[in-house]
Amino acid sequence: MIQTDILIIGAGPTGLFAVFEAGLLKLKCHLIDALPQPGGQLAELYPKKPIYDIPGFPEILAGDLVDNLMKQIEPFQPGFTLGERAETIDKLEDGTFIVTTDKGTKHHAKVIAIAGGLGSFEPRKPPISNLAYYEDKGVVYMVKDPEIYRDKKVVISGGGDSALDWTIYLADIAKSVTLVHRRNEFRGALDSVDKVQELKNAGKVELITPAEVVALAGDEKLEAVTIQRGSEIIERHCDYFIPLFGLAPKLGPIADWGLEIEKNAIKVDNTLDYQTNIPGIYAIGDINTYPGKLKLILCGFHEATLMCQSAYQRIFPNKRYVLKYTTVGGVQGFDGSKKEAPKAVVKMIE
Amino acid sequence: MNDIKITIIDREGKSHTVNAPTDMNMNVMELIRSYELAPEGSIGICGGMAMCASCQCYVISDHELPEMDQDEDLMLSEAFFVKDNSRLSCQLFITDAMDGLEVELAPEA
Ligand SMILES: Cc1cc2nc3c(=O)[nH]c(=O)nc-3n(C[C@H](O)[C@H](O)[C@H](O)COP(=O)(O)OP(=O)(O)OC[C@H]3O[C@@H](n4cnc5c(N)ncnc54)[C@H](O)[C@@H]3O)c2cc1C
Ligand code: FES
Repeated sequence: MIQTDILIIGAGPTGLFAVFEAGLLKLKCHLIDALPQPGGQLAELYPKKPIYDIPGFPEILAGDLVDNLMKQIEPFQPGFTLGERAETIDKLEDGTFIVTTDKGTKHHAKVIAIAGGLGSFEPRKPPISNLAYYEDKGVVYMVKDPEIYRDKKVVISGGGDSALDWTIYLADIAKSVTLVHRRNEFRGALDSVDKVQELKNAGKVELITPAEVVALAGDEKLEAVTIQRGSEIIERHCDYFIPLFGLAPKLGPIADWGLEIEKNAIKVDNTLDYQTNIPGIYAIGDINTYPGKLKLILCGFHEATLMCQSAYQRIFPNKRYVLKYTTVGGVQGFDGSKKEAPKAVVKMIE
Repeated sequence: MNDIKITIIDREGKSHTVNAPTDMNMNVMELIRSYELAPEGSIGICGGMAMCASCQCYVISDHELPEMDQDEDLMLSEAFFVKDNSRLSCQLFITDAMDGLEVELAPEA
């Protein structure tokens, strides 16, 4: 079981910065995120876009801000459980918590900070009536192990980068790849579009556009898809159907943890420390709501800072502490590293 | 006052006619959020960058609206429940010409 002081659910900017503030108080953090990479919305939705309202940065790319945060927290050696969704929270008699993910990974923590943003990122599913029935029976939303598609017949739908990238990748592995998209134009990177064109010309992938997968068939497992192009109906036998329409955040399991939910967010009783109605569980960043709440990165940073002070007091009720500036106290990493302001140079005038 | 009237039919089918400012550089998605006509987190996920389609609406009145740009067009090509009168409400910036506009929110996908 993974042991930590503060378990942070959500590795967006708020969760990442919480690691730094906790580290200054010598508290160790572990983060869980449903996405395979840290950064939350910044990494998933707009890594290449500029942000103009981070104090001290007239302009910074979202992806660069995530990289900087990762560098800033490195000395505090946070642990990560990525690509897994926090599913349940159990409070033990001693007031500590066990958090279990959808893959069964268990984490034991003294305090929980939910920094879940708009929720965990889940695949957007096309409205095909029996889609859910075939999940894990041929319908997959994320390609994890490409080898399972070897010598299989695959149908992919979507018009963005991931649809193009996987079409290209699986063209070499699968027995056949059919790409279905509602338009003739694709939104992905130009060289991917060119590559798919090449594969199509070489007869390595079949492109069906402008068309849509409208129905699925098969008894025990997926056996065929029905594709509609205008008034024409096309059937394709297949082992796998991979709809790739991007990810959207869904509140998900957070709604089942006994927390007060308002406007798809966790209500925090006070803005002193952003504790929820369950003592020891905090909610910080986009995921919380209180009068005057603003969903901004800089507000998440502030909330993370106050949360850590309160978490410290919860963990060490009898220890006194006063805030120390980083300029004065420096940053002492758990890895033995040390950053501190250079001492003043004293020189005599003769 | 630079207000016009816009009618929004929410996802439950209820119609709301609201005042919309034309001088705040606001779009229809933001208007919908400012009146809380769709639950937070179910609209405007990409903040209005034509990147998520959570703000898709059907234009019901016969207003002449600005043409779609390529981003909006391509995002709609990947959205669900798309009809001929679909638009991304975040790309509809409120102007005087929209007085009386009526839109219906598309189902949440
Ligand atoms: C296009 C766009 C532009 C923006 N521009 C700005 C801007 O200019 N300035 C600004 O201040 N803000 C901006 N924002 C808002 C900003 O991105 C958010 O305020 C910020 O991302 C919130 O950070 P967070 O860490 O609280 O949550 P998020 O970044 O949403 O991260 C939350 C993470 O938690 C994970 N998660 C949730 N539930 C679970 C679970 N049960 N298990 C595992 N993981 C879970 C999610 O997968 C996600 O990765 C913008 C947002 C968008 C979409
Ligand atoms: S808000 Fe995302 S497309 Fe309009």
